[in-house]
Amino acid sequence: MRYIEPHAHMVSRVTDDYRNMMAAGCAAVCEPAFWAGFDRSSANGFYDYFCQLTEHEPRRAAKFGLPHFSWLCINPKESEDVRLAEEVIALIPQFLDRPNVLGIGEIGLNKNSRNEVRVLEMHVDLAARHDQLILVHTPHLEDKLKGTRLTLDVLKNDPRIRPERVIIDHVEEHTIKLALDGGFWAGLTLYPDSKCSPARAVDMFEVYGPERLWMNSACDWGVSIPLNVPYTALEMSRRGHPPDAIDRFIYRNPAEFLSQCPKFRL
Amino acid sequence: MKLSSNLATVMTQKEILDLYFVEARSKLIEVAAFLDRVDRGSGEADFRRDALRQALRALETEGPDRARQVLLALSDPTVEPIAAAPGKGAMGAYGG
Ligand SMILES: [Zn+2]
Repeated sequence: MRYIEPHAHMVSRVTDDYRNMMAAGCAAVCEPAFWAGFDRSSANGFYDYFCQLTEHEPRRAAKFGLPHFSWLCINPKESEDVRLAEEVIALIPQFLDRPNVLGIGEIGLNKNSRNEVRVLEMHVDLAARHDQLILVHTPHLEDKLKGTRLTLDVLKNDPRIRPERVIIDHVEEHTIKLALDGGFWAGLTLYPDSKCSPARAVDMFEVYGPERLWMNSACDWGVSIPLNVPYTALEMSRRGHPPDAIDRFIYRNPAEFLSQCPKFRL
Repeated sequence: MKLSSNLATVMTQKEILDLYFVEARSKLIEVAAFLDRVDRGSGEADFRRDALRQALRALETEGPDRARQVLLALSDPTVEPIAAAPGKGAMGAYGG
């Protein structure tokens, strides 16, 4: 089995996870910028984090032979402070040429506030001006449906944005069609207790796939399962899906989207 | 009713029951025990208990989109951005 982990917060994981991912057939890991679990006190904290994502973490992954890519932004959980967001967004262009940076993400909304929408628009503008791919985080639980609609409105209202260069992540049964019908890619996040289980991910693949769909573990500092992509591949296999369909879902689909950035080469 | 699907249905209904019935049964009993546990607690429940009961009604409908209906029942139905984020977390149901 070969697979791509297109969304994992490896700075929060131990090196055993890298070894286990390699043993399971991981061919590349992609790390969107994320909330640290606490609010960073200034833009300097983000500068250090962007250095970690573009210098240190790729080196750590390379020790296990795993190509590491990253996405940059200020996460929606810290977007209520527009002033801070402006400072952080101003830092990002100097990192965009780094060899492992794929685009802007994970941007989006958390509680669907006006300031979050404003900061989302700023990120979308940044991506458009620098011709970057976009990875969108959709909100949790009761906020997901509204946040997905608001996010899609922002993206559709910017004529520079081509939907095939945007992935709407953490979709569930009530939001997947909104993303796919808009011409966007959709990501299924395999997370315990929230988002999506392996069985439901395979359900959605059967109903809505196989075009423009990928899966990720989104493993981070919370309760999460770094090997959930290969575990879900086993679930597909258990249901009788042929190896070629599994390979498409866990390897060729993410490779197709990510290869729109010329820096993504395996 | 059968799921409409982009892909050829891989498994028969019987095979799906063989694979998932015991797991689904277990999860249903967990939900029932959870509601009993809430009722046994002191004090008063909040909007989440009623939201869950509302969402349970989706299970009684004929498919093919019960999971979507449950998620919709537990979603914020409003469309305008709120004035300011009250915090970072989510409760799992919409309390108005
Ligand atoms: Zn994430």
